[in-house]
This record gives sequence, structure tokens and C-alpha cells, in this order.
Amino acid sequence: MKIAFTAKGIDWDAQIDPRFGRTDYIVVYDEEADTLTNTDNREVEGIAHGAGPQTAQKLFDLAPDVLITGNGPGGNAAAALQKAKLKIFTGAGGMTVKEAFEAYKKGSLQDFS
Amino acid sequence: MSDVVIASGKGGTGKTTLSTNLATLLAEEDPVVLVDLDVEEPNSGLFINGTEIAREIKYKMIPRWESDACTLCGLCQQVCNFHSIIKLGKEIMVFPQLCHSCFACSELCPTNCLPMVPMRMGQTTHFKLGNLVFVESRLDIGQEQAVPLIAQTKECVKKKYSSIGFKIYDAPPGTSCPVIEAAKDADFIILVTEPTPFGLNDLRLAVETMRELSKPIGIVINRHGIGNDEVDAYCAVENIPVLARLPNDRRAAQLYSRGERIYTQLPEFKKELEKVALHIRSLSEGGRQ
Repeated sequence: MKIAFTAKGIDWDAQIDPRFGRTDYIVVYDEEADTLTNTDNREVEGIAHGAGPQTAQKLFDLAPDVLITGNGPGGNAAAALQKAKLKIFTGAGGMTVKEAFEAYKKGSLQDFS
Repeated sequence: MSDVVIASGKGGTGKTTLSTNLATLLAEEDPVVLVDLDVEEPNSGLFINGTEIAREIKYKMIPRWESDACTLCGLCQQVCNFHSIIKLGKEIMVFPQLCHSCFACSELCPTNCLPMVPMRMGQTTHFKLGNLVFVESRLDIGQEQAVPLIAQTKECVKKKYSSIGFKIYDAPPGTSCPVIEAAKDADFIILVTEPTPFGLNDLRLAVETMRELSKPIGIVINRHGIGNDEVDAYCAVENIPVLARLPNDRRAAQLYSRGERIYTQLPEFKKELEKVALHIRSLSEGGRQ
């Protein structure tokens, strides 16, 4: 199982970035391999439009099974993520990646899909 | 000929009040076109009870993915500056609301899998009231982009009413893309402001924007008498002419709220409005020489 987080940093202690399209990083935890990898998404800072689809495209290529984020993707990104057939959980804003993972395991995050 | 764009930094300062009153005053002597370019929420029409003479549906062009010959090379995604087309696995996805109709993906697709097709975005309606032609464009609900409709409206007005010398354009508020599109071909820009700190802050932004476009500008201070005199001081320092000071008057607000013309019933207002009209007529005569 691969779990993706929108985050402001690259490790377990990083804060969840509540934004989807404009998240600083996408952090991916691979449960089987027990590895934490990240993708730098900070280039979206400079773009005025289309951050949602662009980040969704990156996430699609990372092919996680689950996405954990804060506010939830906007309309354009949500439409793109539907094609990725991943489960989306929201409400992790204010948590660290570690806390968000634990909350997901406990089933206390909101199911977006 | 003069194309005068009436803009403002701040919303609610009196663009529509000035546009509709000025256009009607000019039309007492000459043919005038008044164009409402605030396509997201056009409201000049509330003050112009004209007869409808024409109506056009407006479209913008967007790419449509035809999967048959697509090799999923991803070039479309690379060339799109607006991220309005992305490759998701074995599919190409188009986001019509983000598309700027630049045709790059369509033209550059090696297998011609992205033909451009029209998508309805709004409509333009033409009215006539004596000497005055009023053109209003309105975006459909759910459409996000004002710029293509503003551009098409200007083009249509230029073609259809080339013989009419005075064209007054009521612009959207702010300083973003729709305002730039509305203002970029103007001969003269009137910035309407109110004499308050809020008005001055946004006026500064609007002045900087119009200077970037190298446009001659004049200021109209609306609701003169409220706030402070910092707008006047700013205009003096920046050497921008204050064309008129429309008085703050409860009766003006009452007339506005009833959708009526103000200058016909408020002589103090008319006196100031005539200064603006005079300035525009002088510009127009200067242009003819």
C-alpha cells in the first residue's frame, strides 16, 4: 500500500499542507518497503492557474493507493484524481505526517470520495 | 474618434454611474456607443431602457481529445502554459475553464488528435436608445474566464460601430487580466475613485497599471465631500488631471437606486459631468486634426 500526503516538508515530522494543488511537497509512504520518499512541488508557487491539475498529474504518476490531505482537492483536481482511482482522505490539516498516518489508521479522517 | 475606458481600482466607486450618465449626456448631441465590459456582472443595462436590436451567442474554442490516433506523446501537456490539458496514464484530460484558446496543443499535436471545437461562454446584446447604442456582454453562469468574452465584445463593437465617434467602455473593477483586456486598446482612461484611504490605495494600483500600459489617464472623484483630501494631493504630486468632482449627495444615491439618470435631476452633478464630457470632446477633436 502506498500512501501519499500533501506536506510542508519531507519527513514524518513535517506539517501536512492543507492545500492540494499548491502543496509544497508530496510525501509518499510505501508500507511494504517501509520507505518515505518525496516529490518537490514548490514550482507551482509561480503559476497563476492550473495548480490543481498539475499536482494531480504528478500524483497520478506516483500511483499511490491513498491520498491524505487537508482541505481536499478543488474541482479541477478532483476531476483528474477520479481517473486515478485512489482513495482520498481529508481533515489532516494541522497534523504532522506521522499524526496524519496514525489518524488514517484509526479511521478518524474524512473520506473525500 | 475616441475610445474611453472607465475603470477603477476599487469596486463600487461609480464606474457605472459615470459611464451611463456620461454616455447619455454625450448622446444628447452625438451618436455614442456605451459598452458594458464587466461581463461577470454587467449592470449598466439597469440604467439604459433601450430597445433590443441584436443578440449574439459567444463561443470560445477549446481542444477536444480524439483518442483513436493519439500516441500519448504528452507534447500537448508540455506546451500548455495554463495546465489546462494533462496526460493521465492512457488518457488526455482537458480542463475547458483553464483553457486560454491559444491553439498550441491543437496545432502542435503530431497526430492531429486535438481539434478545436466551440464552447458557449456567454452572449452579447445590443440595444438602441435614441442616439445611444448600448452593448452588453454577459458570461454564462459557471464560466470562469472573462477575458475571451471582453476581447470578442471589443472586436464586435469595433467592426459594427466603426462610424460612431464616441465609445465609452464600462470596465470591470480591479487591476487583473479582465481590466487589462478592457483597457489595452483605449485612447483615454478615466479612473473613478472615492476620496477615502481605501479609494486612494486602489487608485494607486490602478494608476500604476495604466502607466504600465502607457495610457493617458484622468481622474474623476466620486462622492466628493466624504473622506479626506489625500486623493487630490496624490493627483497633484503625480501630475494626473482631476477631471471632475461628483458631489456626495443623498439624492444621487436615491436616483441611482431607482435606476434613473442623475445629471438630469441634479444640476450640481451635471455641472461636473459636463467637465468630463468637454474633456472627451476635446480629445476627440484633437484626434481628428
